[in-house]
Amino acid sequence: MPSKISIRIDGELINAQSGASLLDAALAAGKFIPSLCHMKGLSSVGACRLCVVEVAGVGRLLPACTTPVQDGMNVTTQNDKLRRYRRTILELLFAERNHVCAVCVSNNHCELQALATRLGVTSVRFPYTFPRVAVDLSHRKFAQDQNRCILCTRCVRVCAEVEGAHVWNVVSRGVGSRLVCELNRNWGDSRNCTSCGKCVQSCPTGALAEKGFAVEEMTKRPEPISRLANLRGVHS
Amino acid sequence: MSKAKVATVWLDGCSGCHMSLLDIDEVLIDVVQKADIVYGPLVDAQEFPEMVDVTLVEGAVSSQDDLRLIQKIRSRSKLLVSLGDCAVTSNVPSMRNNIPTKVLLERAYVQGADVNHRPPTDGVPTLLRHAVPVHEVVKVDIHVPGCPPKADAIAFVVTELLSGRKPELAGKVKFG
Repeated sequence: MPSKISIRIDGELINAQSGASLLDAALAAGKFIPSLCHMKGLSSVGACRLCVVEVAGVGRLLPACTTPVQDGMNVTTQNDKLRRYRRTILELLFAERNHVCAVCVSNNHCELQALATRLGVTSVRFPYTFPRVAVDLSHRKFAQDQNRCILCTRCVRVCAEVEGAHVWNVVSRGVGSRLVCELNRNWGDSRNCTSCGKCVQSCPTGALAEKGFAVEEMTKRPEPISRLANLRGVHS
Repeated sequence: MSKAKVATVWLDGCSGCHMSLLDIDEVLIDVVQKADIVYGPLVDAQEFPEMVDVTLVEGAVSSQDDLRLIQKIRSRSKLLVSLGDCAVTSNVPSMRNNIPTKVLLERAYVQGADVNHRPPTDGVPTLLRHAVPVHEVVKVDIHVPGCPPKADAIAFVVTELLSGRKPELAGKVKFG
């Protein structure tokens, strides 16, 4: 039986299950901590760093999604420094690829776009890099557009952990990192893809989308996948 | 009290932001009571005037002409507002940026054309290598994203500015 422990989040005393992450505990207590790579039911990897928080006595910021709660923890989730860091992270995400919201299938249904609005990002202070990246339309049902990818790896994890096919991977390092299908095949030539669409539904942006949708038309439903993952105890 | 001088300018964009500006409807009446529109596609001035109070910029900086004009505008404007995603992010005009301009023009005017197989040279400005947001070449005071920004947001910005306040836009506007 998981035992209850007490932590303090933004001064408020909160009971949490031992073994839960700080992010889960904070969300359960009704707190808002921004995140993009976290998805309920999947493992946490701390890829996007948006959920960074301050923990008293720790000399660096910690991602809430990969930090387990410990009894007596004192956590700060909102202050000027954290808000500045989170805005900077979002701006760097925008600068790293070609996010043209106006012509995106996920316009108005995009987690990156919504978070930029919520965190008050009205411009990007860093020079855009305008990388030349691939668009893969070889799959019968789905499209992959790397211009919109933020490397959150939700697709990688949902495919490996829930569907069990492990079609997606990330290759290379730093700004050169790219999402690839299997050992760098076209998606349409994948041997393992079951065309289940879980990756598409999990993708927070328009990087993975169903074919046949125009601008603003692609809405996604990750919640049923999270429920399924929880039922199967993939990552509780 | 003398009226404020407001200018608008249309760089590499579709004029949708100017359409949205016209969509502020009756607020326009308040605006013209407090300000004179001294330059832009909506009025007939040929030369950008000196000492403009507020300039709203639509569009990305894509050509040598855009660059020269925006530098002149910056030096003659007290407040510069990037209006819309093209000015703020370079948006759709930037989708050409990972294609070299020579290849781009060849594709459009040679491979894509039935007659006159050469890129135009007379009366058209030279393209910059990249279409860039306005704030990458001159200082911008206020960013109003949106494609186009909602009329309400533009009305809010203009009204606040004409009342001598800096509009706080966080949470009120979005990209796209």
